[in-house]
Amino acid sequence: MTDTQQAVSASPVDSSVGEDAFVQIRNLKMHFPVTEGTIVQKTVAHVKAVDGVSFNINRGETLGLVGESGCGKTTVGRCILQLERPTAGEIMFDGRDLTQLTQKELIPVREKVQVIFQDPYSSLNPRMKIGTMLEEPMRVHGIITDASKRKERVRELLSVCGLDPKFADRYPHEMSGGQRQRVGIARALALDPAFIICDEAVSALDVSIQAQVINLLEDLREQFNLTYLFIAHDLSVVRHISNRVAVMYLGNLVELADGDELFDNPTHPYTRALLDAVPIPDPVVEGDREHRIIKGEVPSPMNPPSGCVFHPRCPMAVDSCRSSVPEFREITSGHYVACTEV
Amino acid sequence: MTKLLEVKNLTTQFFTTSGIVQAVDNVSFDIDEGETVAVVGESGCGKSVSALSILRLIPWPPGKIVGGSIHFAGRDLLALSDDEIRTIRGREISMVFQEPMTSLNPVLSIGLQLTETMEHHLGISNKEAHQKAVELLGMVGISEPERRLSQYPHHLSGGMRQRVMIALALSCEPKLIIADEPTTALDVTIQAQILELMKNLTKQMGVALIVITHNLGVVARYADRVNVMYAGKLVEMGQAREIYHDPHHPYTLGLLASVPRMDQPRGTRLIPIDGQPPDLTLLDSGCAFRPRCRFAVDQCATEIPPLQTVDHEHASACWRVSEISELKVAS
Repeated sequence: MTDTQQAVSASPVDSSVGEDAFVQIRNLKMHFPVTEGTIVQKTVAHVKAVDGVSFNINRGETLGLVGESGCGKTTVGRCILQLERPTAGEIMFDGRDLTQLTQKELIPVREKVQVIFQDPYSSLNPRMKIGTMLEEPMRVHGIITDASKRKERVRELLSVCGLDPKFADRYPHEMSGGQRQRVGIARALALDPAFIICDEAVSALDVSIQAQVINLLEDLREQFNLTYLFIAHDLSVVRHISNRVAVMYLGNLVELADGDELFDNPTHPYTRALLDAVPIPDPVVEGDREHRIIKGEVPSPMNPPSGCVFHPRCPMAVDSCRSSVPEFREITSGHYVACTEV
Repeated sequence: MTKLLEVKNLTTQFFTTSGIVQAVDNVSFDIDEGETVAVVGESGCGKSVSALSILRLIPWPPGKIVGGSIHFAGRDLLALSDDEIRTIRGREISMVFQEPMTSLNPVLSIGLQLTETMEHHLGISNKEAHQKAVELLGMVGISEPERRLSQYPHHLSGGMRQRVMIALALSCEPKLIIADEPTTALDVTIQAQILELMKNLTKQMGVALIVITHNLGVVARYADRVNVMYAGKLVEMGQAREIYHDPHHPYTLGLLASVPRMDQPRGTRLIPIDGQPPDLTLLDSGCAFRPRCRFAVDQCATEIPPLQTVDHEHASACWRVSEISELKVAS
């Protein structure tokens, strides 16, 4: 894909120009009700986990989605998977709005959209053999009906993910964290998907193992033409693996740009604060670095601040930030930012 | 000058049904007054167990310190009675744990937890302790300290709880604080706040700090010296600059190459360390890193390499330590 095409399709706001976008998310909102009372439940408030997010994911790219805990990044992923039915908004995939589909209509979509979870301990069934676990999706979706062919495919999946095919007869507890995460990846690949949501897929792993899994994910993307939504809180990992990066804060997108652009030229004050907070593994570089540390903590998504949600912590905030919600606007080609002061 | 803490040949083992786990094996290091030393390594490398051993907090059964000595301010901690070690814990050496939700008592108010410690160790009155608790909370950056004292841990966010833990650790003006993954559970902006706070306060009060972490960035930003552990052994130690710019152990080299860096061009491929850490019940008489090492030779399989001095305080436990620089360039 050429640069100009990428820039055009990157438009997260205008859906008309995003023709070749693979996944289009329009004004996605997910509000969870907070209820009180045991017999008669009364909704007393809403947690605005995702509050109006729009972006595109292009075919073959890795879009990084970063933010701190509770910013709504995982909820965005779960909405795309339709594990949560969003409160409002559209999720266009393959020309259809997933939010309008019934559970039955979603079944063929689920073949194409898969997920890798964070914790390789809780995301694998402890009582199931690895082989059975990998066969199950094929059986359920009726992809390969012949049992011996399915077993053959399991062996193939395991070796693609760098595991000995003999692991098919093992249980999760017989494997290390890194190996289990490879099983999670093999399971996501079982149905030959086009799009994989990696939700903190490498966060639980030790650094030396993390690098192995990151490389594996990169190789698989090449080999199977995959598109990733890479959700993570570790900025150095996201920077490494993503083509474009979106930054979330308290249910909103604050910045979205090409990877190089975002990290070399961060514009939103929150993005800058995040980048400043990441220590670089080099004492000499760290010694020369100026550490501007952002004050305060993330407010509750139940009662988010008025206007720009970042204003209480923002070093650049002016009066108008308190009242008006900043528009998510394009400042240079493909670089979007939700701040009026930049 | 005598060291504040001197650990010599510390060996801690866990006797489990699947065999003896060599959690910490023959580890020696020391800490000067007021300095910050980081202990890095991956899960299960023994970094937490070595810290817990210092405070004799290894639960028996199954764990036991089976050898070595730990001298702190001239006293042998391993020779002290249970009552005596209790006067050290929290008073002279205190600890900050990873998970502030599990390390603070959920049914006691913040105020009680702070004052109880000070009344017990410092023998001051409740009123004085209360006054001091207010000061401490202000010092660690908690607003409205007076009101917070009557609150419970669940009222506070993760970052706030960790601030309370730091206040608690500092309350008796210890000489040494051991922080075990103090920011791993926190978000990156909060992590930066907490680490900056710990660094400033320990510097201000002249407290020595042992930071246990797996995050090489945190180490680079805050530590004076670094101890690298692998499979229960200390494999390399030295000044932070030496460790990062002139690593002399293949494991340290591998670790540094496997983390993506924010200040390097994007798109460079990571170089992971192949394989995975060994099972600590099945260690043999060779170097534990050998199966994953690119530079392993025959000798590595038969003899465990001792720590050998590279330069001044910089030491590495590798048989090929003198060739490492050339090997590094060649690979």
